[in-house]
Amino acid sequence: MFLVALIKSLFITLVVVGFFLPILTWVERKQSALMQDRIGANRASLAGVSILGLLHPVADVLKLMSKENAVPGGANRLLHLMAPLIAAIPVIAAFAVIPYGGNYRFGAGELSLVAADIDWGVLYVFAIASLASFGAVLAGWASNNNWSLLGGIRAAAQMISYEVTMGLTLVPLFMVFGTLRLTQMGEAQDTVVPAFAFLRIFGLDGLPTLLQAISIPAWGLFLNPPAFILFLTCIMAENKRPPFDLPESESELVAGYSTEYSGMRFGLFYLSEFIQVVVVAGLVTAIFLGGWTIPWLSQAEIIGAIEPWFGESVATGACLLFHVTSFFAKVAFVIWLQMLIRWSLPRFRYDQLMDLCWKVILPASLLNIFATAFVMLALGDVR
Amino acid sequence: MIPYDHVLGLSVLLFTIGVIGALTRRNLIVILMCLELMLNAVNLAFVGFNRMWAGSVSGPETPVALDGQVFALMVITVAASEVAVGLAILISLVRNRDSINVEDASLLRW
Amino acid sequence: MTAEIIFFYAFAVLALASALAMVTFLRNVVAGVMSLVVTMVSLSGIFVLLGAEFVGVIQIMVYAGAIMVLLLFVVMLLNLESDDFGPPRSLRGVSKLVGVLAAIAVAASLGVALSGGLPAPAAVPDGFGGTRAMGRALFSEFVMPVETAGLLLLAAIVGAVILAKKRID
Repeated sequence: MFLVALIKSLFITLVVVGFFLPILTWVERKQSALMQDRIGANRASLAGVSILGLLHPVADVLKLMSKENAVPGGANRLLHLMAPLIAAIPVIAAFAVIPYGGNYRFGAGELSLVAADIDWGVLYVFAIASLASFGAVLAGWASNNNWSLLGGIRAAAQMISYEVTMGLTLVPLFMVFGTLRLTQMGEAQDTVVPAFAFLRIFGLDGLPTLLQAISIPAWGLFLNPPAFILFLTCIMAENKRPPFDLPESESELVAGYSTEYSGMRFGLFYLSEFIQVVVVAGLVTAIFLGGWTIPWLSQAEIIGAIEPWFGESVATGACLLFHVTSFFAKVAFVIWLQMLIRWSLPRFRYDQLMDLCWKVILPASLLNIFATAFVMLALGDVR
Repeated sequence: MIPYDHVLGLSVLLFTIGVIGALTRRNLIVILMCLELMLNAVNLAFVGFNRMWAGSVSGPETPVALDGQVFALMVITVAASEVAVGLAILISLVRNRDSINVEDASLLRW
Repeated sequence: MTAEIIFFYAFAVLALASALAMVTFLRNVVAGVMSLVVTMVSLSGIFVLLGAEFVGVIQIMVYAGAIMVLLLFVVMLLNLESDDFGPPRSLRGVSKLVGVLAAIAVAASLGVALSGGLPAPAAVPDGFGGTRAMGRALFSEFVMPVETAGLLLLAAIVGAVILAKKRID
């Protein structure tokens, strides 16, 4: 029991930190190069061989590790040391509740592909994210540098504001799925719904049969599109990535709270930011993009289709592989989407950032809650 | 199974630490934090008593008794509003007296 | 000794140590805030061990994640240096008296609490303290307190804005 949970957590951590992360730094550089009409990272080479610049992550890590860890004079040494750890560790812990596969029955045993299947999974991620915000704030305070301090203050205000709103944007999804458990959300999305069923609110019952036959996956994205946009905005702002990177905006604050960090401690901030990108992608996938499910093909259908040829356990195993592949493919898509946003939009001004949170997203998400409740009442059940 | 008396003992100790801090420190922020600590200790007692009550009263078929936990949530709400108002007072104190020492907030004692 | 009990004592020791550190010898406000965060996270762990999972996670989200960040924000905004205010001279006698009384009260209540007399720990029903049970309780039996809490929060927001604003137009 304990061992199985350990293996599951190790799997997700290793896949993310060992595989996604290096690739991610490379893809980010290549993506920006593509969008700015450059060739991009292609210099790092081993004995004259540079595989599309894929050696850059290795070179980056080696360089970071060989640099000196400088602590500025007059800084609080202990807090300065602790801040990168506080920023990085909770983010990795958030993977514990994100399911990367469903529940599979092999003979007598069952296998559920999530490290901790808890009743309040989404709340756990929010709690962990709120702890991670201490990293940036502490780093800003402990550096004994005015730029850092300003960056830390901005980080604190931004995180508090967007945390409140982030919870509210997801409430419609809690209402639709009737649960906070991420695995149950995934299972609920493993079906299809008629695409035009919502027209019943307007009294349009007699639809042509052709339209009635069209069905879409019961993903959160299709069940409640406004929540997707609002949530993605909020969680990207919570992540402090451009266009929301006010705490470390280089044109105003040098590098904000990470100004006084060097070597692997800076590397830890960098790491936590990139892991957060993957966490965001995993969460968005699990709640809005159907998690591990494959559109229009439910788990029972996949297993039923393969079973006649290879038997039940092989069919279940194949289904498991398909599902895990599907999950990581969707995660990669959301990561790419985030990078697209990051390199397309200019940075917000600080008052614009706060206005966006308190005057746009908060009222919009409250409105969305009421609208969702109304639709659910009118339709009886959305799904 | 955690013994209830140890939960209550921890709650008492934390509350006492909070009281001592609130009485001896004169930094307004630390006093606010000590108030938070006391409220937390009370929450712990609420949750512990709720667990004791639920373990002894509600069976599998009777409805779950959650009064203590609802109380704890209400205490958290009150704590949040208390901190908001307290910090606002602190900011105006710093603006007017340039100090967070509660001894300096003595205009009424003139 | 089960894992539950080991975790309880670990969290208890952590909570007590960091609370003591905050009150007694940390003269640095930011360090004090961080040690209070440790206390709150440990208490949240104890809440989860006691079956109050929803309260535990709200404890981290609201207390550790929002209230403490707000405190840090104000500390950094005012750029407060570390402080070292001793107790006022005029109150030395009174504080000794209060200290002795507090010690007696704590000893008495600890004695009562630890002397037993409480029922033995028993199992709780399924779903106790989970989101579903808490939601049911909050929005049926306790709907009036929840509404009142909303009113209280509104009053606190308005009050905080009025108190902290430089000049009300």
